[in-house]
Amino acid sequence: MAKTYFTEDHEWLSVDGNVATVGITDYAQEQLGDLVFVDLPEVGRKLAKGDTAVVVESVKAASDVYAPLDGEIIEVNGALSGDPALVNSAATTDGWLWKMKLADESQLAGLLDEAGYKAHIG
Amino acid sequence: MTGDATKTLPLEDLHQAAGAKFGTFAGWSMPVTYPAGVMKEHQHTREHVGLFDISHMKLFAVSGAGATALLTRACPIDAEALQVSQSKLTFFLNEEAGILDDLIVTRLGADRFMVVANAGNAVADEAHLKAIAKDFDAKVEPLDRVFLAIQGPEAEAALAKAGIDGSSLTFMHGFEPRPNWFMSRSGYTGEDGFEIGLPEADARALVARLLADERAMWIGLAARDSLRLEAGLCLHGNDISPDTDPVSGALMWAVPKEIRASGTFIGAEALRAILEKGAGRKRVGLKPEGRQPVRGGAALFDADGNSAGIVTSGGFGPSAGHPVAMGYVSTPLAKAGTKLFADVRGTKVPVEVSALPFTPHRYRKG
Repeated sequence: MAKTYFTEDHEWLSVDGNVATVGITDYAQEQLGDLVFVDLPEVGRKLAKGDTAVVVESVKAASDVYAPLDGEIIEVNGALSGDPALVNSAATTDGWLWKMKLADESQLAGLLDEAGYKAHIG
Repeated sequence: MTGDATKTLPLEDLHQAAGAKFGTFAGWSMPVTYPAGVMKEHQHTREHVGLFDISHMKLFAVSGAGATALLTRACPIDAEALQVSQSKLTFFLNEEAGILDDLIVTRLGADRFMVVANAGNAVADEAHLKAIAKDFDAKVEPLDRVFLAIQGPEAEAALAKAGIDGSSLTFMHGFEPRPNWFMSRSGYTGEDGFEIGLPEADARALVARLLADERAMWIGLAARDSLRLEAGLCLHGNDISPDTDPVSGALMWAVPKEIRASGTFIGAEALRAILEKGAGRKRVGLKPEGRQPVRGGAALFDADGNSAGIVTSGGFGPSAGHPVAMGYVSTPLAKAGTKLFADVRGTKVPVEVSALPFTPHRYRKG
């Protein structure tokens, strides 16, 4: 059973075993506005927590999406190359960004749960 | 603007009620997007009518027996040759012919003109013009107005329904339809449209009538930017600045031929020297290959990796359907079709020098 976590940088993680699917929250996509391009990373790239994993581009600006935890990218959402607006229409489902194998599951303890995230965005 | 509090638009409550997201631009808190979002706002303007609150921009009334002489000195135009109701894009230049601001000057009468200036330069423009005015029998009066842009193919019809007849105006003409109103057929989208400066109470009534028409909706600054970029129009501070001149900015169409050789406007000698020597770089359109936007500030390189110039504005063109940009390249590279590369976060994105505009202008030239 996957468990969902959040970060203060407006990402969500759906964690199943040691694999996390990562995307941005509905709140984040709404702040960014219509996305026109998602710069996806290479599969196999190793990320340290805080590294820029993905750049999402709206009509007006480019925004970084950071790795929420240490790990390695095992899959990216190829559907976003043709339809970046999926992140707007389905941020928490079909608009996921990447999947990563976690290097240290104990880092999950530092993330927010849904109630904590809701409190964070007010 | 440093140290000053952010200024708010007189109609801010209307934008709040419409659900706008605000951002700061040129010292003003401005509606950036409304709930429809930048894509829909952009397309709506191209297809129907976009209503923009551009009250951050400044209107100056210039009047007096020396008004034409003042403007002929302050700007590279022959103000005397302007017909009454004719508007002209022009500039304030410095002595080096650098562009202090771009402006629209409209002749309202024998010795009366309206000057519309950019928000970010309004304070400096006023001081600049008043300083020059000391040598002329002319008065420079900043006006306190709400300023609205009504843009798109159905702008004339929507305004007519709201009780404002703009049918007598053709592109780049303006007049005063009512006391304390200024209305011109002009804009910053590439579409047909109007810009109207008017007192706040009148503006509230006009906005209510326009928004009761389903063809019209509020459009934010984000779509204003993507619309003007597709139309190849310059944003002062990005695409033109005191470090660029009308020759390198590809804006000499705005400087009448008659005054290029003989004009005594500020910057005339420097401009003549640049014209004689030729500009080392030129403003051009840039079409990135693929879907990845190339933004202002990105460095440009030729195929051999030599520096070729810089991107000054860039983003996605919702009507063009691809990323669009403009920038400056060395003059030999300014020919349409030239292949260059833009550095985006360390990746070299191929871009092609492209004719402007990216979407055809649809002005009502009459």
